[in-house]
Amino acid sequence: MGKLVALTGNYAVAYAAKYARVDVIAAYPITPQTSIVEKLAELIESGELDAIMIRVESEHSALAATFGAAIAGARAFTATSSQGLLYMHEFVHWTSRARIPAVMAIVTRALAPPWNIWPDHSDFMDQRDAGWIMGFAMDNQEVFDLTLQAFKISEDPRVYLPVMIGLEGFILGHTTMPVELPEQEVVDQWLGPRKQEYVIDGKEPLALGNLAWPEDTEEMFMEIQKAMDNAKKVIKEVDEEYGKLFGRKYGGLIQCINCEDAKYFAVSMGAWSGDLIEAVNKLREEGYPIGVIRIRFCRPFPYEDIWEKVKNSKGVIVFDRSISFGAWGPLFTDLVTGLYHYTNNLPIMSNVVAGIGGVNITYNDFAKLLTSFIETIEKGDKPPVFTWYHKR
Amino acid sequence: MTASSPQSPKPRPPLPYNMREVVLPGDAACPGCPIPMAWKVLSAVFGEKMILVIPACCSSVVVGAYPGNSLKASVVHVAFASAAAVASGIAEALRKRGITDVQVIAWAGDGGTADIGMASLSGAAERNHDIIYIMYDNEAYMNTGIQRSSSTPYGAWTTTTPIIGKTEHKKDVAKIMIAHGVPYVATASVAYPHDLYAKLQRAKKIRGFKFIHIHAPCPVGWRFDPKYTVRIGKLAVETGLWILYEYYDGKIHLSGPSRPYIDPKKRKPIVEYLKLQGRFKKITEDKIKEIEKYVEQHWEWIKRHM
Repeated sequence: MGKLVALTGNYAVAYAAKYARVDVIAAYPITPQTSIVEKLAELIESGELDAIMIRVESEHSALAATFGAAIAGARAFTATSSQGLLYMHEFVHWTSRARIPAVMAIVTRALAPPWNIWPDHSDFMDQRDAGWIMGFAMDNQEVFDLTLQAFKISEDPRVYLPVMIGLEGFILGHTTMPVELPEQEVVDQWLGPRKQEYVIDGKEPLALGNLAWPEDTEEMFMEIQKAMDNAKKVIKEVDEEYGKLFGRKYGGLIQCINCEDAKYFAVSMGAWSGDLIEAVNKLREEGYPIGVIRIRFCRPFPYEDIWEKVKNSKGVIVFDRSISFGAWGPLFTDLVTGLYHYTNNLPIMSNVVAGIGGVNITYNDFAKLLTSFIETIEKGDKPPVFTWYHKR
Repeated sequence: MTASSPQSPKPRPPLPYNMREVVLPGDAACPGCPIPMAWKVLSAVFGEKMILVIPACCSSVVVGAYPGNSLKASVVHVAFASAAAVASGIAEALRKRGITDVQVIAWAGDGGTADIGMASLSGAAERNHDIIYIMYDNEAYMNTGIQRSSSTPYGAWTTTTPIIGKTEHKKDVAKIMIAHGVPYVATASVAYPHDLYAKLQRAKKIRGFKFIHIHAPCPVGWRFDPKYTVRIGKLAVETGLWILYEYYDGKIHLSGPSRPYIDPKKRKPIVEYLKLQGRFKKITEDKIKEIEKYVEQHWEWIKRHM
């Protein structure tokens, strides 16, 4: 088996890239992502990782160079946060619309102004229309596992889309936890060499991105929608395989905790799910029939899997750590739309937006919100559809 | 005319290439467009063994629409500000994969180079990736319909300098690239294909970042008859306005076609160049004097660095 080491979330990302034997890394430092770039530079300069690092002058160039390396047949990787992710947003679309497999870690951080380096999901969720597979980890072991799996998912011929993996800055990024690293040979055998639909390396003339007419363009994007559907299957397969080989299986697109006999469900994504699970465990002891659905992938959105869990429920409360200003939390709106595929008679659904700008949401906050949600419904009342939960 | 004409050069042999094998007929260029002219020279040097990285510019359209492609070489269309960065990534991936017989070329207009792409160009040059960056300079945003760029010359009409004309001089990108200390910088013109050919051949042999600035007269944007693309390109050189040179080993090497014009007396009057172009139709005597002053200063700079 592998070896157990103590790693920050950021180092777990760097080691996953190393285990994937990336060829080219192009990155630009930004708080709180920086230690990923630093660790990878150290791994390369010490000879532990045979890769080329392009120390670019901006995030726009970071993803542009990652894209360039990937189309030329390299396994390519980058990482960023917050403003950096927004600055490269043009290439976020460019990479997926060109169907280029690549992996990017997003160490999430609030958006400015005001300047703020604390974590929420605003930067990550801002990318949700871009055609990337989007996974989000809860702890550092999952950061490592998801990042490594991202290469497998991205390079699957049924998918051929880039993958971004989210982890909260500081909460995971700079916090040290035990992480089990696998044996390199087993990873090599499982992941195999780089796969992509086409390679632009001069062996044959190939044009990528020529002007296309509306119908051709639309058909290309319809293929992305299909690939997203395929990805649901691929993500589950990869989770199964990975579980067999490395002993950790997470449940695919979602992870369910205490779901079996639950009448109420709390839905969340990211590190604060750990606090949510703690709160639910406590409520269970007090007799509340509640479970947690932790979203591991929000693109493709796992509404089928969530429906299977919540179809007989009395209430679903969705915790969003980002806000679509003027509307609601994006996980909530996606879930309501997704469940509407199955029923005109939705369970009672409530959205709590919280933790924006890095406001710390604890186990006690979750316990309070969940208790109030359940008791309101039990009394026959309807809880508010939307709450921005704020404290200081 | 006071300046004496230089001796007419002896006829040059045709370039050794089968340009129609790489630059196919049926592109979407305007009549008299300088872009395919330059591509034919590229094809003479690299054939199919080149990867052109093209940001938003006229060339994005000139290659033609999907599923067609008028270049039998590899083409990667990229976002406006990113040609140098994408080319960096491709070059490093090829190096990692041990592929050494393919030339990565960033092919960008003046907007994509001197303006929006300047940061990524500067970054790639400083990192000294093994690529050739070619700025084909038609001196305005031609693809969007003739708007001013920082590379538009002083006094020129564009749709965003519609009445007064441009009030600033042209940004000298080659000089900026020289300041980066890259191994090779050259200026060229579509009107001098042999000169461009020789420069590309030299660039091909040099490892590291190469920058070539090609003067590319645009009939549509400069308002001249499409048959005059080459004539205007030559006049730019013969008036001394556009100076052909190479920079390597720490100094400027003046190129053959520009050598006579180091002597101001041999230069044709600048008005010869201006009067063929509608974009200078409203230019005043004062402004012509200002251009003459600028040209003289540029020559002084060249002479100091030879």
